[in-house]
Amino acid sequence: MPPPGSSVSPLKILLVDDEPLARDRLRTLLGDIAGQLPSEVVGEAGNGLAALAFLREQPVDVVLADIRMPGMDGIELAGHLGSLEQAPAVIFTTAYDNYAVQAFDLNAVDYLLKPVRAQRLLTALQKIPAVPHPDPALLASIGREVRGGGRSHLSCHERGRLLLVPVNEILYLKADLKYVTARTVEREYLLDDALTHLESEFAERFIRLHRAVLVARAALAGFERAAGDDAEAYGWALLRGVPEKLPVSRRQWAPAKALVKNS
Amino acid sequence: MTSIRHFPATHPLPDWRNFGVMLRVLLGINVLALLAALVQTPDLAGWLGHYVELAAIVEPLLLIALGLLSLARDLLWRLPLRLGQALVLALAGGLAAGFFLYTRALSLIEGSSGWRSALLAMAAAALLLGYFELRSRAFSPAQTEARLAALNARIRPHFLFNSLNAVLSLIRARPQQAEAALEALSDLFRAAMRDPGELVSLADEISLGKQYLELEHLRLGDRLAVDWQIGAVSLDLPIPPLMLQPLLENAVYHGIEPAPEGGTVQVIIEQRDDELHIAIANPTAGQAQHAAGNQMAVANIRERLALYYDLEARLEITAGTNIYQVRIMLPCRRRVHP
Repeated sequence: MPPPGSSVSPLKILLVDDEPLARDRLRTLLGDIAGQLPSEVVGEAGNGLAALAFLREQPVDVVLADIRMPGMDGIELAGHLGSLEQAPAVIFTTAYDNYAVQAFDLNAVDYLLKPVRAQRLLTALQKIPAVPHPDPALLASIGREVRGGGRSHLSCHERGRLLLVPVNEILYLKADLKYVTARTVEREYLLDDALTHLESEFAERFIRLHRAVLVARAALAGFERAAGDDAEAYGWALLRGVPEKLPVSRRQWAPAKALVKNS
Repeated sequence: MTSIRHFPATHPLPDWRNFGVMLRVLLGINVLALLAALVQTPDLAGWLGHYVELAAIVEPLLLIALGLLSLARDLLWRLPLRLGQALVLALAGGLAAGFFLYTRALSLIEGSSGWRSALLAMAAAALLLGYFELRSRAFSPAQTEARLAALNARIRPHFLFNSLNAVLSLIRARPQQAEAALEALSDLFRAAMRDPGELVSLADEISLGKQYLELEHLRLGDRLAVDWQIGAVSLDLPIPPLMLQPLLENAVYHGIEPAPEGGTVQVIIEQRDDELHIAIANPTAGQAQHAAGNQMAVANIRERLALYYDLEARLEITAGTNIYQVRIMLPCRRRVHP
């Protein structure tokens, strides 16, 4: 905590909220407490995606993120930030999210209730360097509760950069020896997540075809039986948009076909 | 301001002009006729045939009785309850006896006696009156109003705290806008705390909806656009309170807030024949997971419509791929109740 007037550089802050007036309010309050804690608002973003795009260009010390935002919410944003090597600290803001607030209290994650108070904001910012990044499993469970489903994007690291893969563009997920690959119409991405986690997070969207393969229901075009005694697969699933066929295990053959028929 | 202290279901003597009441009477009597036919026929094969014969007598009687009762509805309500019920019984018995004498004069029916048909008609009428009295107890005014109050008083905490946050940020820079916003907020709360038994005018409900949308516009900025289409309706028409605003809230919450680019909420208010149609549509933003929350708010309005109008109001949902529309249809006449 630098004393007033010290030469330590001010905290660089990114404001993330879909409501312009909510960002204005935080900006005003940061001005009010500048005497005790110098800070600089280096940017504003309307949702998590815009925030990540901003952070790719310019690093910050603290992200003040609203929990509920369209496109990508604050909980998911925090999850993606956590996968960065030099993650900025995250302080959540929320008008009313009982479940998230209780979970934050239990896990010592800092948050601000709207309407935000200057004193509360100051206390939260003063704690900053000491606070660890929220645990990914905790964020996953709060996210499920807040948005009623899985994330909107999966993260993938390529040459030190964070790439986001929109979940609704993924045709299938395949586990190899070490990595999980996500296939979209354009290309493949190597993911950090484990296949079993993805299966439970996106149970609505993907179905299991094989021990190592999940396919998007919407991408399934049909099935065909494997010729003779193919050791690799009992049958094959055909996809829309890409030529590859995916192996279907004997065990998943009947349930997968039934699921597709009923949907 | 009109009040509906008496909801359709709360008087022990039913509103004979209400569609729901008529339907219940017709169904009840026909079930009794079916049972009577079953008792009278020795074998199942002749059951339906006998019912048709009975119905030929029962149906005209029933329709005449319902017609007379709906004419005499207000008079019956003004009498003491037991006298009113006795008159209904007398009407049923008298009609049955008269009908019997008339058909015997035309020698359509032989044997039996006028007393027997009168007693049967009175017994059927007594059963129905008993049913309506019991039903009215289940919907006693106190219970109905408590239920309505619980259903009415629901402003989303999210909306409240976000609005307050927005107002706070306006106070220093744009104090006049902050004042207007607080005034709108207090009007919304007054509406939510108002006596739910009192009807409001359509104009009041529309202006409340507009104030609500002003507040949302403050928060969401250009993401929220609203398209009002108000046709030729009489704006002083009484309607139950908080019919429009919760649906607007729903449309914003599920259609606009989840969309980064926002969208347009469309409100259509029009009169079709004797019905007031209110239709509210919002883009779905591809958010299937919001369906559950939507259902809850809609179920709430559906229940309130049932309490106010029984079967005479409807709520329809059209869920397309890009558009979600809720349409409510209310009878648009001025209610006369004792």
